[in-house]
Amino acid sequence: MTASDTAPTPAPVARRRKRGKQTGWLFVAPFMVVLVAMLIVPIGYALYLSLFRDQLIGGNHFVGLANYVQLVQDSKFWSGFVRVLVFLVIQVPIMLVLALIAALALDSARVHAAGFFRIAIFLPYAVPGVVAALIWGFIYGPQFGLTGSFNSAIGIDLLQPFTPTWILTSIGNIVTWEFLGYNMIIFFAALRVVPTDLYEAAALDGAGSLRTILSIKLPALRGSIVIATIFSIIGSFQLFNEPNLLKSLAPNVIGTFFTPNMYAYNLSFAGQQFNYSATVAIVMGIITAVIAYVVQVRGTRSENR
Amino acid sequence: MSTLTRPVVPAPGARPGRTPRRIRPGKNDGSGLREKKSLPMTAIMVVFLVYSFAPLFYLIVNSTKSQDDLLSTFGLWFGNGFDLFANIRDVFTYNGGIFLQWFGNTLLYVVVGAGGATFLATIAGYGLAKFRFVGRRAVFAVVLGSIAIPGTALAVPTFLLFSKLGLTNTPWAIILPSLISPFGMYLVWTYAVDAIPTELLEAARMDGASELRIFFTIAVKLLTPGIVTVLLFSVVAVWNNYFLPLIMLSDPRLYPLTVGLNQWSQQAQGVAAHPIYNLVVTGALITIIPIVVVFLLLQRYWQSGLGAGGVKE
Repeated sequence: MTASDTAPTPAPVARRRKRGKQTGWLFVAPFMVVLVAMLIVPIGYALYLSLFRDQLIGGNHFVGLANYVQLVQDSKFWSGFVRVLVFLVIQVPIMLVLALIAALALDSARVHAAGFFRIAIFLPYAVPGVVAALIWGFIYGPQFGLTGSFNSAIGIDLLQPFTPTWILTSIGNIVTWEFLGYNMIIFFAALRVVPTDLYEAAALDGAGSLRTILSIKLPALRGSIVIATIFSIIGSFQLFNEPNLLKSLAPNVIGTFFTPNMYAYNLSFAGQQFNYSATVAIVMGIITAVIAYVVQVRGTRSENR
Repeated sequence: MSTLTRPVVPAPGARPGRTPRRIRPGKNDGSGLREKKSLPMTAIMVVFLVYSFAPLFYLIVNSTKSQDDLLSTFGLWFGNGFDLFANIRDVFTYNGGIFLQWFGNTLLYVVVGAGGATFLATIAGYGLAKFRFVGRRAVFAVVLGSIAIPGTALAVPTFLLFSKLGLTNTPWAIILPSLISPFGMYLVWTYAVDAIPTELLEAARMDGASELRIFFTIAVKLLTPGIVTVLLFSVVAVWNNYFLPLIMLSDPRLYPLTVGLNQWSQQAQGVAAHPIYNLVVTGALITIIPIVVVFLLLQRYWQSGLGAGGVKE
């Protein structure tokens, strides 16, 4: 998906009337005004902030890249960064593979009541992340959660969702629960538009269902897998809601810099270090954009053969 | 996943300039061949279903319990009493009925924020798809670039900007950032490219219809599935928003439901702990019901809106 695919071509004058050469702006301008105000300006402001420092003596003054140098050496930032990286390397593939299995099963036309399953598995997406974290927090809870019931039933504390060992898994489960159905729907919608004659041709060639999946369905899903991967990566790097809500249940495990986003938040709102917080936001934004871009380029490389 | 605004579902395979595809008519005919329904396949889906539904079941069951029952009875089955109605009454009367205020706030933010975002994305997507104008490619590049910008990276700078302008702790602090949906615009654009025949617009222009009239009479009708899809996901994004209001609002009377509920759940901690978990559980249930209903009512639209994004006849 590149802009050049849609490059405006000079239309033949015969087909296009002279009127309305700039009419398009009438439609696009309101959106662009809000986009600039709500997206470009804050980014610019964050860049500006990241180059300054507010000091007790001398007040606000220009420090160049000092904030960035400090960030690169900041072990708190990197520990959070490595944590979300580990999280995404494990959680994203699990979630997407599960979503893929569900989408392929629904598309196979061999499932009873497929429409019902499709809606039901998609529903958790409509549950606010905060509510999802609250529900799972209750379920994990040793007090009146299911974990407590389970552990007392078998007599040992087998499940300990809030220990340092398991906390990432617990968060990963919440995130997977929220977005499994969402990704399933993306894949399913992509499978719906595969031309039928491809399947007929495959059947004539004697391809079984596994062969059909490998040779027709997965290639057809390629674009949507790339898009789902990019969104999941963006989401993982932004991880905030779930750990922030579980913090009260696991106060000694989830600290103030558990994820980069929590770090940025706490720098701003607990420490009043706005310049440094803006630096964290900028660096995370750059890293996310770069990784998303790499995934997109690699994922679509052989598509335009 | 903690996103400020989870982007809307992309139009699958929506890559302009690809080979034309044909959406298969009729029902879910899978591989286009007559397949026997299989029990093992259905069983796999049942596992997924149980996973997706268990927490919601937990929520429903536990909203019928009093605070005491909640702590003492098994989580996946009903308790000793049936206190659902008492809980609902308490949710709406606790703290002088603040929950209703939060509900109203959420509705306001959703109607103005998500409605505005959908409107802006729709007219811009249409303009980009059906007009040639100077700077079109630049607009395109900016929109595509901004899709990859994580929302939370913007939240802190936006907060600082708004506090300079005196906008924090006002409804505008939530509504203004919600108005922008680059992905919504991208979706409408891909949809409009296919759904609106340029010849139709030309014909209407020949008849002397104004551009605005053409848009509101012809384009909106043809774009409806795409618009509803964008609207639905904008509504979900605003309804579920937590990070932004958490940062922007200090007055509890301006909170949306998400921030309010979390404040209630925090009451169990601290020195003067007064847990009201039964209200948190019931409030959470009341919070998700409207959005689930909207989802179910509009499913016909988003299912076709999703599938048709990449369709070119």
